[in-house]
Amino acid sequence: MTHPAGDVVTAGHVQQTKAQFYWVWIALLVITVVEIALAYNQVFTPGRMLSVLLVLSIIKSALIIGYFMHLKFEAQRMKWMLMVSVCFCLALMAVFFADAQRILTLGWKGH
Amino acid sequence: MADAVVVHPGAEAYEPSWFRTYSKKIGMWLFLLSDSLTFGALLFAYSYNRLSTPGWPTPFHVESIRNASIMTGFLLTSSLTMVLAVLASSRGDRAWTRNWLLATMAFGAGFVLLHAAEWNKLIGEGLRWPLFQTLFDLQPGTNPEYVAATRNFPQFGGTFFALTGMHMLHVTIGIIYLGAVALRKMWLPILGVLAILCWWAPGPFHYGFYVLLFGLAICAIVLLLKPMDYTDHDIEVSGLYWHFVDLVWMFIFPLVYLMSTRISS
Repeated sequence: MTHPAGDVVTAGHVQQTKAQFYWVWIALLVITVVEIALAYNQVFTPGRMLSVLLVLSIIKSALIIGYFMHLKFEAQRMKWMLMVSVCFCLALMAVFFADAQRILTLGWKGH
Repeated sequence: MADAVVVHPGAEAYEPSWFRTYSKKIGMWLFLLSDSLTFGALLFAYSYNRLSTPGWPTPFHVESIRNASIMTGFLLTSSLTMVLAVLASSRGDRAWTRNWLLATMAFGAGFVLLHAAEWNKLIGEGLRWPLFQTLFDLQPGTNPEYVAATRNFPQFGGTFFALTGMHMLHVTIGIIYLGAVALRKMWLPILGVLAILCWWAPGPFHYGFYVLLFGLAICAIVLLLKPMDYTDHDIEVSGLYWHFVDLVWMFIFPLVYLMSTRISS
């Protein structure tokens, strides 16, 4: 990735510029401000708020992984292997949420 | 047996990596993959408890949210300075690589200081992990809301402090890592002085002593036994770690702080 000519980073065959990093940083700050504004004004019910905040967090993480961590510019097989495996493992943990919900309605069956 | 010289072939003698990149980067990505599951488990534990506990406390008011927002700004800006360090290293500019790395460490240190100060305030006012009460001789809390939250919902303190503590530890390790890359052997005495300062520091800052001492031992082993000049690859790999701790905070901040906000009181 050494590039003596100027302000570019190369990963794979694609180059990233300093301006691109600034735009990503500004986008991340703007999304954060939106999140804080939503929490301050409490415009949604908690369930809806959770969904909105999760979507915004996923957008932010995609920007960080894609541009700051350069994964967008890595080889296809590396991108797919990393993202599919981490998403699959994290999704497996969600199985337990059904049990968390069940606790709220759990009753004693008696004998 | 005749004297023989074993000649190791250069990297060009081997086939290119299946992932079209160098092994250090693949190693760091695999580590981050496993670490994401650690944080995933802690976030799921927090969410599980929240979902299964009616009347979950919402202890974060305007002051906490303002503090956490500044911390988020620090981490996001530190990610920008980190990519600028990677950029500078890619064009062989050693001075600016070091400057941007030091800026990244400064923003990271700001994050840790704000976070530890917040912990100090919460613990002092009575929001605690029950384990703290067992381990340390703590005075009774001064805020009835927090004291009630700790008494009635011990799982809140347990999951909150475990999750944010693990993240704070990762940021601290990141600062130590970047310090070793940016300053090499010069970093060792600085780290030693910081550890000594932590020994006399109040509240949770005191326990930073043990983290910094452990970091000092690891850095000393690495820097003294295998001194080397870090390349642009090393800077990029350290950047991956740093962006990961930023990435994790992008989930902790909304899920733990913003979802537990009560602005009106």
